[in-house]
Amino acid sequence: MNFYAIRAIYFHEMDRMRRTIGQSILSPVISTSLYFIVFGSVIGGMIPELDGVSYGSFIVPGLLMLTLLTQSISNSAFGIFFPKFTGSIYEVLAAPVSSFEIIVGFVGASATKSLIVGIIILLTASFFVELKIQYPLLMLFLLILTCLTFSLFGFLIGLLSNNFEQLQVVPLIIITPLVFLGGSLYTIEMLPEFWQKVSYFNPVVYLINGMRWSFYGASDINIFISVVSLVGFLIACIVGVAIVISKGYGTKT
Amino acid sequence: MQNVVSIKKLSKTYDNDFQALKNITLDIKKNEIIALLGPNGAGKTTMISIICGIVIPTSGSVTVDNFDIIKDYRRTRSLIGLVPQELSLEQFEYVFNNVSYTRGLYGKAPNPSLIEKILKDLSLWDKRHSRINELSGGMKRRVLIAKALSHEPSVLFLDEPSAGVDVELRQEMWQVIKDLRNSGVTIILTTHYIEEAEAIADRVAVINKGELLVVDNTSDLVKSMGQKTLLIELHEAIRTLPSKLERYNLTVLNNGLSISYNYDSSSKQTGITSLLQDMKETGLKLKDLNTEQSSLENIFVELVREN
Repeated sequence: MNFYAIRAIYFHEMDRMRRTIGQSILSPVISTSLYFIVFGSVIGGMIPELDGVSYGSFIVPGLLMLTLLTQSISNSAFGIFFPKFTGSIYEVLAAPVSSFEIIVGFVGASATKSLIVGIIILLTASFFVELKIQYPLLMLFLLILTCLTFSLFGFLIGLLSNNFEQLQVVPLIIITPLVFLGGSLYTIEMLPEFWQKVSYFNPVVYLINGMRWSFYGASDINIFISVVSLVGFLIACIVGVAIVISKGYGTKT
Repeated sequence: MQNVVSIKKLSKTYDNDFQALKNITLDIKKNEIIALLGPNGAGKTTMISIICGIVIPTSGSVTVDNFDIIKDYRRTRSLIGLVPQELSLEQFEYVFNNVSYTRGLYGKAPNPSLIEKILKDLSLWDKRHSRINELSGGMKRRVLIAKALSHEPSVLFLDEPSAGVDVELRQEMWQVIKDLRNSGVTIILTTHYIEEAEAIADRVAVINKGELLVVDNTSDLVKSMGQKTLLIELHEAIRTLPSKLERYNLTVLNNGLSISYNYDSSSKQTGITSLLQDMKETGLKLKDLNTEQSSLENIFVELVREN
């Protein structure tokens, strides 16, 4: 195992976060704070409690998931796409590094960045709404699992993307709508029956409800199903990345 | 001399059916400087990229220090340093950090004093805290060399090292390359500057359309394939050549004041003695004599044209 290479890639990527602190940390914190101000404090004050918690507190797990998913995907997709774009990927490909070590370095750094952003968002939320976490260990487990899974997914997108447009397509056109329609700002029960059924085909519903259950012990979906869905998606991402990187798609010719 | 890189029947066909390499076999000796010469699209970069692990070969095999580049990729890649043709650098990074990063990728523990020495040798130490986008093109090229040397490779590939580099810097670069060879590093460089190959390479391999046309010592190649020209300056201009001299295939130059004679310097009988004898007999008076050797460039152009 080339530990020095994993360490080099990991800190190289973390250094990118330090260089772009505004984009990496401030931007998600500011946008999430705006959500809390508008939906949590202003509009939330006029909405009755949902599942026994105030609306402001209710949206915390959903907004946390929205940030984790988009940050994890964009961090790792950009992390691998940028060296492809500049051509500096040559040194990773020419180094005595296995595919596994490359993935651990890039995905590990991306997941760490998302985790840092997630924790900052939780702290930010505590300034705006009353925050209580019923199952903190489960919440931490889901937080880490989500960061890892979606960093892997982002890595896959970055590997397969040939230009900046392709890099943005999945996060903007697929992930953001799925999160907004996945019950981040409402419970599934509030929807008409038909749309409730449609919502169960949205994988993000299971993630948000899993996170919500760890906060308040109540959600639309059984926590077991949520965790199994997340682990299933993690396995699918591992298999996808392993196939793509071993065949050299997007990197080698 | 021991071979450090052995290429056997190497072929590469890209997905668009373009055959970049056709059955190349080549041995590279330890501690030599070998220049891969060829026009654009000849297959030089593809060959280097396969050896370094960036491009997947279609068939054939390559060993580096007797290790297979695919089965034993960790061993072979740790022996190799690569300076790519393009200035492929992350523009917002700092020089020292970026060079150290490459060392880490190659599985080596951090060694700031070694990085310091490399940067000093390449006149980059003053720029160690500069962002890469603040450097000139020549400095960026040197950063790429520093990165390639950061893990102390024994085989160094330089893909067009002097592309876009001014004359002064090119000569500095040649000195760096010679110094590296003197320190025990085997150098493989691709170039289409023939002058560069002539100046620093021990051997030359000419590649065109994916085929290896010739491999030889630079001086032997010039000697064996090159022609020499004898330039004879006359005291008085001539209008036509005397019939006795017709068999020599001479060319009259300079309004009849000079004659040129092409000969093969490697042959036993160059014909110079008999030519001079015949000229004396025809009454031509010589003012001066001069010889010219055809350059590697002439040979290269001829080889590529024939191919």
